[in-house]
Amino acid sequence: MNLYLDTTLFTGPEKKSCRAGYGDELLELAKKNKKIVVLDADLAESLKVSEFRRKYPTRFFEMGVAEATMISAAAGLALEGFTPFTSSFAVFTPNQALSQIRVSVAYNRANVKIVASHAGITTGGDGATHQALEDIAIMRTLPGVTVLAPADYWQARKCVRAAAKILGPVYIRFGRSDVPSITTEKTPFQVGRAQVLQEGRDIAIFAHGEAVYRALLAAKELKKHGIRAAVINMHTIKPLDGKIIEVYAKKCKRFIVTEDHQMAGGLGSAIAEYTAQHCPVPISLVAVRDKFGESGDPEKLIKKYHIDTDDIIEAAHKMMDKK
Amino acid sequence: MQHTHTQQLEQTAKDLRLMVTEMLYASGSGHWGSSLGTADIFSVLFFGGVLRHSRLHAKRAQMDRFILSCGHICPIYYACLIKAGYLGDKKVTLRKLGSPLQGHPSHSFWDAIETSTGPLGQGVGVAVGKALALRLTKSKSRVFCMTSDGEHEEGSTWEAVAAAGKHALSSLVFILDRNHMQISGTTEEVSNLGDIATRYETLGWRVLMVDGNSVSRLLTVFEKAQTRSSKPTLVLCTTVMGKGVPFIENNYHYHGKAPNNDEYTRALSFLK
Repeated sequence: MNLYLDTTLFTGPEKKSCRAGYGDELLELAKKNKKIVVLDADLAESLKVSEFRRKYPTRFFEMGVAEATMISAAAGLALEGFTPFTSSFAVFTPNQALSQIRVSVAYNRANVKIVASHAGITTGGDGATHQALEDIAIMRTLPGVTVLAPADYWQARKCVRAAAKILGPVYIRFGRSDVPSITTEKTPFQVGRAQVLQEGRDIAIFAHGEAVYRALLAAKELKKHGIRAAVINMHTIKPLDGKIIEVYAKKCKRFIVTEDHQMAGGLGSAIAEYTAQHCPVPISLVAVRDKFGESGDPEKLIKKYHIDTDDIIEAAHKMMDKK
Repeated sequence: MQHTHTQQLEQTAKDLRLMVTEMLYASGSGHWGSSLGTADIFSVLFFGGVLRHSRLHAKRAQMDRFILSCGHICPIYYACLIKAGYLGDKKVTLRKLGSPLQGHPSHSFWDAIETSTGPLGQGVGVAVGKALALRLTKSKSRVFCMTSDGEHEEGSTWEAVAAAGKHALSSLVFILDRNHMQISGTTEEVSNLGDIATRYETLGWRVLMVDGNSVSRLLTVFEKAQTRSSKPTLVLCTTVMGKGVPFIENNYHYHGKAPNNDEYTRALSFLK
């Protein structure tokens, strides 16, 4: 399948944030879909929904710094037939509104789209309080919730577009930073169907979010050492693409899962749960190891907390040495 | 005529209290106190022509929405739905496997229930969302939300109150069961609620006060609540927890308890 990836992928790709993708796609969708409404908890500028507020003032609800009620009100709107998108940081939704997400949204099967920016340690300067490293672990345990983590601007747009079509709760998480564009407008996207960005038969690297780019860089470096690594973009964490996991368990027999998230409960855990039951395979996890983050530049934090390209490369060598 | 109507609703409240007591006795657990305390309010709401619910109006566009935000008092809500005929002849048991009468109201188990509630401070927010939605669709339906004083110890309740005032949700009516009782004691002992009416007023609400155990006064206050206002309305109902069964009235130990054999037998002598 032609993925129409960005041709400048390794030579200086365009950098754009996922949150810009969220704001842009909402504007596009809202033109045709009158049921789309947006709720905000005082972060309209950060979530890039201020243009939506300007264009569609009656369909934009500023709830104040009140995430719990933003979520329960979104559930109320959804139960009346609207498609609400809530906008906040990943440390606030889920955490500040977890009971509301659990009961009013998930248990009700309300058609609410929870969009969370500033996920992961790459939030940077704001420090540990604002670096969500457990949101995926929380959200994927709630029955019936789709969990998406786009890798770049275009994928964020496609996640938002797909979320609007799904009848039920969806959680979309992404980081704060401008990230290299891997995909393009033309790249196909389907919820629940992972993307093989690079073929390989020695080891399979699974990633989501901006960690996908680091996985690609690692694979490129590993190639120089004769290790052919496949890179798989797991933009959908739930429902998990079990099929692709089984294919690569057979083909590569070794997995690395890397993510800007705690090791406990993230994509790595999801894949381990799956392989343990269906296709046992050794897995090395390159994720945050039971630590809170701290203030700093995103690049330095990635290095210090061992989720960098070098960490992926090292994990691959270790796995290959084991045989 | 009005006199007869009032008497009928008083009798309905009595019937509801009996239904609640039987339901709880059969299940062996559940919240008895406030289910009894709010029976007069529920009688007026569901059978006094206040709430336009779906047994009366087939079209959703003509229906009001009802949310029981203090979900734990669902026995009284279930009694109303059953009495209104929502389940037909179907025999159901509270809190038993597969029953639509879940321990707390469940939208998944019974679609007559607008939203699942239980954790306090959530139904109020869902009510705000529904009122926002009804305004967007230019609907004439209203949203009635039953809440409790204990629920006002949850911060998120006040988020919802503030949002409703800010958005001037005139179709929204909160009904507050003010009985000063909660599971561990009086609301004064357990927490600090201040002057609830003033707190609402300063957040942009119209506040109406009433004796929540007087059917005639409830009829009057809900008529007043129907009058136009640019603000959301709080009907602050002073009630007696356990009303109708004198030996449990105002005794917080009966907040979250079902009647045992002895209590059940004694209660029947007051309710029949």
